[in-house]
Amino acid sequence: MPNHTDAPRRYPAKPAAAYLFSTCLVDQFSPEAGLDAVRLLEREGIAVHFPPDQTCCGQPAYSSGYPEEAKAVARLQLDLFPEPWPVVVPSGSCAAMMLHNYPKLFADDPVLGPKAVALAERVFEFTEFLVHVVGFSRHDEAAEPCTIALHTSCHARREMGVHATSAALLAGLHKVTVAQQARAEECCGFGGTFSLRHPEISEAIVTDKVASLKESGAEAVVSADCGCLFNILGHAEFLDKEAGRKPTLPGEHIASFLWRRTGGGDQA
Amino acid sequence: MSQPIHFHPSSGFDQRSREAMNDLHLRRSFRGAMDFLQAKRRAQFTDANELSRLRDLGEAIRRHALANLPQLLEELESRLSRNGVQVHWAQTPEEARAIVLEIAKRKEAKSVVKGKSMVSEEIGLNHALEAAGIDALETDMGEYIVQLAGEAPSHIIMPAIHKTKQQIAELFAAKLPGVAYTENVDELIRIGREVLRKKFATADIGLSGVNFMVAETGTLFLVENEGNGRMCTTVPKVHIAITGIEKVVAKLDHVAILNTLLPRSATGQPVETYQNFISSPRKPGELDGPDEVHLILLDNGRTQAYGDVQLRATLQCIRCGACMNHCPVYARIGGHAYGTTYPGPIGAIISPHLLGLGATHRLATASTLCGACAEVCPVRIPITDLLVRLRNEAQAADADSSLRGAGESRKPLVSILFRAWALVYRYPTLYRLSTWLMSRGRAFMPGYQGAWTGIRTPLIPAKKRLRDLMAERQRTN
Repeated sequence: MPNHTDAPRRYPAKPAAAYLFSTCLVDQFSPEAGLDAVRLLEREGIAVHFPPDQTCCGQPAYSSGYPEEAKAVARLQLDLFPEPWPVVVPSGSCAAMMLHNYPKLFADDPVLGPKAVALAERVFEFTEFLVHVVGFSRHDEAAEPCTIALHTSCHARREMGVHATSAALLAGLHKVTVAQQARAEECCGFGGTFSLRHPEISEAIVTDKVASLKESGAEAVVSADCGCLFNILGHAEFLDKEAGRKPTLPGEHIASFLWRRTGGGDQA
Repeated sequence: MSQPIHFHPSSGFDQRSREAMNDLHLRRSFRGAMDFLQAKRRAQFTDANELSRLRDLGEAIRRHALANLPQLLEELESRLSRNGVQVHWAQTPEEARAIVLEIAKRKEAKSVVKGKSMVSEEIGLNHALEAAGIDALETDMGEYIVQLAGEAPSHIIMPAIHKTKQQIAELFAAKLPGVAYTENVDELIRIGREVLRKKFATADIGLSGVNFMVAETGTLFLVENEGNGRMCTTVPKVHIAITGIEKVVAKLDHVAILNTLLPRSATGQPVETYQNFISSPRKPGELDGPDEVHLILLDNGRTQAYGDVQLRATLQCIRCGACMNHCPVYARIGGHAYGTTYPGPIGAIISPHLLGLGATHRLATASTLCGACAEVCPVRIPITDLLVRLRNEAQAADADSSLRGAGESRKPLVSILFRAWALVYRYPTLYRLSTWLMSRGRAFMPGYQGAWTGIRTPLIPAKKRLRDLMAERQRTN
């Protein structure tokens, strides 16, 4: 199957309700990012439903060569979104897994195949959803000026084609300067199980990524993907601890950043 | 003597990549070269829509050719034969080498000048020629440098890209009689050319690769920048072209389109300096050209890829090298670490067919699946999908795969881990229990988390999972 990623997606009108598929990383390791995504959507008048049976998109097994295990886990998620609402995913990587790989995994199944395709059509990455469906347009006039760098995940960029939406959301915040980094489009070296299978190559890549983020002059880094963030921030923090210095490259999920910048924290 | 091809590239891959990454000169060379090539390519494709349409066309042409491969090869053979070109078929590298040696023997050849040909690297031709007492000289400047250094190419388009000009200067001064050390690039090229010029005039056989073969006309299309390819294919009395069976296209028009993609994707040039269309030996009354033209068509496992509806896309490749130029892994470890004739992403997906999956499985894992390769591929090979497929095949439990070496690298412990993982993540109750335990036990999370914490701080579960926070909100609302 040729992988044409150039084809534009169809976006629905702004709905009254949406599902959140939080991803396993957000659920366990970065719940604030998920909660801030929920708060942002609710403030825009969208009721957010969190199906409690959700677990993981299945990507770890899928990309490691274990398609049956990936399928078993993906199978569970297929039944969790019965209403025709959009499914919002605060990760370009996991959204890409559901959008592109679910239909491939179940292509031979007469029942689950169409189900996977139907689900894929209403899966949206979080920033894509904010820009193209919600029409997010809040400002940050009350916030202090800041300079940050944006890291877009490879799957957001190349499989979802949504690297522009994170940038658009930041561009809409008047008091945020987005610092230019060298080789912004290059991978951070995470790659899921790649970081464990080839730790030294992963290290060589993330070392360069952290260096170029720091050289950009940014105070912090934001991203719409927790996998990349754990890799980048984890390495930056490791270096800081080794050197016995204060954190030099903090960062957070773009949902938390947006929520705080647009006054969300004040109402909480 | 060039280095032997690694017949089990998986073993030693980690060692070779480690050595490459520890060589700061090498890393800087590759990084600089990759940045340069990426910028050059970008400057060639400023119109995204045009590029997208061109890639559609390129993909369609290559898919069409592969869909009709047997018929096109028959048509090609009959056209070429009618044109006076002698066609030879080789299933294995051994057969291909034997064909070259047989022609050389018949012609009592003492020396061969070679244009750039990755297939000749694939079959280890230089070794075979040397063993038979035949002098084989690489005439592409990069290949010449690599041969002089006793190395293998580290890139399919730029074989000596791993070398700095200082290293080349040292090499020339050490290996070429009467040559003084100079870092002047023009001077270095002039020195190399002088050596090569003399050889063209006296060589018995010229050997070259092929970029595309046109079935309808029986034409071999060959591009190059140095003119050495034209010398190799016209000056000696015998020209032997060698290439893989997949390089055929149906029509001459198809070459025109593919060649708008090839140089722009490869070196960021709008067009190559030399384009050679070779359709026959020298005809009566013609002043130039060889008396004999031979074409050797090599399989070497390509039919395995051809036989699989998904993996067939591997053969769409037009060998531009853009995938390696944009690969974050290749940029760090360089070409030699792969241990294969074809490095980088294309090497990871084609080598399993040439050498078996058992010997090459590690290469397909050496990718973050970032997709930079597939994004720039001029013929839209879905490289990441193919990498995932090869990972599946490498550890496949059932032996119903038709791929050579499938399942050979299955690791029982990893399989058990993934089965356990799937068990937890497919049953919500088990998932809830295990993540609850993780959150409760967060204080006891080990500071050592395998390879992860070698260079990163440990991952610590949050006190409350998102599901807990969501449940709390629901209770208070």
